[in-house]
Amino acid sequence: MASIRIPTPLRKLTNELEVVQASGANVGEILTNLEKAFPGLKERICDEQGNVRRFVNVFINDEDIRFLDEQATAVKDTDEISIVPAIAGG
Amino acid sequence: MDKPSPYFSNLKCRECGRLYPKQAIHVCDFDFGPLEAAYDYEAIRPVLTRKAIESRPHSMWRYRELLPIDGDPTVGQQVGFTPLVKADRLAKALGIRELYVKNDTVNYPTLSFKDRVVSVALSRACELGFRTVACASTGNLANSVAANAASAGLKSYVLIPADLEQGKVLGSLVYGTNVVAIHGAYDQVNRLCSEIAGKYGWGFVNVNLRPYYAEGSKTMGFEICEQLGWKIPRHTVVPMASGSLLTKLHKAYGEFARLGLVEDTGFSVHGAQATGCAPISHAMKRGTDLVKPVAKPDTIAKSLAIGTPADGYYAIHAMKQTGGSAEDVTDEEVVEGIRLLAECEGIFAETAGGVTTACAKKLIESGKIPRDQSAVLCITGHGLKTQEAIIGKCGEPRLINPSLREFEEQIYSKDAAADAVAA
Ligand SMILES: Cc1ncc(COP(=O)(O)O)c(C=O)c1O
Repeated sequence: MASIRIPTPLRKLTNELEVVQASGANVGEILTNLEKAFPGLKERICDEQGNVRRFVNVFINDEDIRFLDEQATAVKDTDEISIVPAIAGG
Repeated sequence: MDKPSPYFSNLKCRECGRLYPKQAIHVCDFDFGPLEAAYDYEAIRPVLTRKAIESRPHSMWRYRELLPIDGDPTVGQQVGFTPLVKADRLAKALGIRELYVKNDTVNYPTLSFKDRVVSVALSRACELGFRTVACASTGNLANSVAANAASAGLKSYVLIPADLEQGKVLGSLVYGTNVVAIHGAYDQVNRLCSEIAGKYGWGFVNVNLRPYYAEGSKTMGFEICEQLGWKIPRHTVVPMASGSLLTKLHKAYGEFARLGLVEDTGFSVHGAQATGCAPISHAMKRGTDLVKPVAKPDTIAKSLAIGTPADGYYAIHAMKQTGGSAEDVTDEEVVEGIRLLAECEGIFAETAGGVTTACAKKLIESGKIPRDQSAVLCITGHGLKTQEAIIGKCGEPRLINPSLREFEEQIYSKDAAADAVAA
């Protein structure tokens, strides 16, 4: 199962866990399985149409999924997924 | 603990409008929308008059009712109120009727507009009880956090991409801060910061203190209006990295109009980027608000090299809503912009200032800023910090011995001959 790093604003939904595990062949499946384990999580990350919200970045290892195949991006068991809110500049 | 401000009421999600308490939080729990300071404008209106403002010290804190802290500012009391220069020679060079330069190259204490945002963020950090502050930075923010934290006796960590200019690195180290250089581009620094922000109980100025930080940029807009004689400029050209400054200038003009301090006679806000990292400008030109991140920024304008701009969406809407445009320029144009501003106005700007000047030139040439109108250029950082960008591109000194004969032969008579040809 891939590991998913949960950002601070979502840890209320994961019992304060920083890293959780979920299975799935791609990002979309993982998000769906995460929702089963932690109800409410997916609607925070995705909008009503199911797209990743504008202010959320999802990374696989170090790549933004917007540079890959978005939610269709394949995920291996050894991958680490990070969910990161967009932050202001510097 | 300070008494809560009667003017600054809450944090509010920009997307869904949910209200939050005024703590060190930055995104909405429900949709990840950015949280923004909300004010009670009816309470502010009778207090913040032109007369009240004019009676106060010349710093950004003369607009304090519109800034998100509870008590008196404790960090950066001297920041702001930089000159608004009437730039007649640059106006002539660019072919526009009237032009001003808002000169934040001389902002106190670290020579960039970032002292504005840091002054608010650290004043609020002290109110919230933080003893350690930190930031992710493309350079200027790091300098400002380091300096202002030093003067406030706070411990600080600044995280920067490893390839920044010498001047920016040294300009942080000198204050005794902890500089952490990261292999990777700014967006990777950003991501790391976002992951460690909540971990150690630090006040991260552009992460958990972002709602406070961002409001500081408004003061540039307030000052421009006041210095123009209580008018909103017809056109403002603003450099964009994350798009926060542009978004907040737009907010500032709106707030002044709403409070009746200025009349809204119509204004346009234009954004400037370097072509090697222009996600906002490119989206704007494509006519969409979907900002496609730039994976590998490649430009000498490192201070603006943010590939995933958090406020890109709002910056695009601010430009669209005001009839503004976005432009971007090559590295050669950036250098030309720096030289043009220096030669016409005696102002030495960093690369971001070259971006702004060069983009203004293009916007005037293309008619997006009509030649018979008036514009303000936001020049946001000092050139001594980015010397690498122009070394060898402004000529070399002419070397002679301390001899009158050599001076006459090699300098004076040659120049006189050249002047005669030019005349
Ligand atoms: C000199 C300078 N100008 C402008 C900006 C743009 O800031 P923003 O991220 O608010 O768009 C920056 C950001 O680092 C900067 O250093």
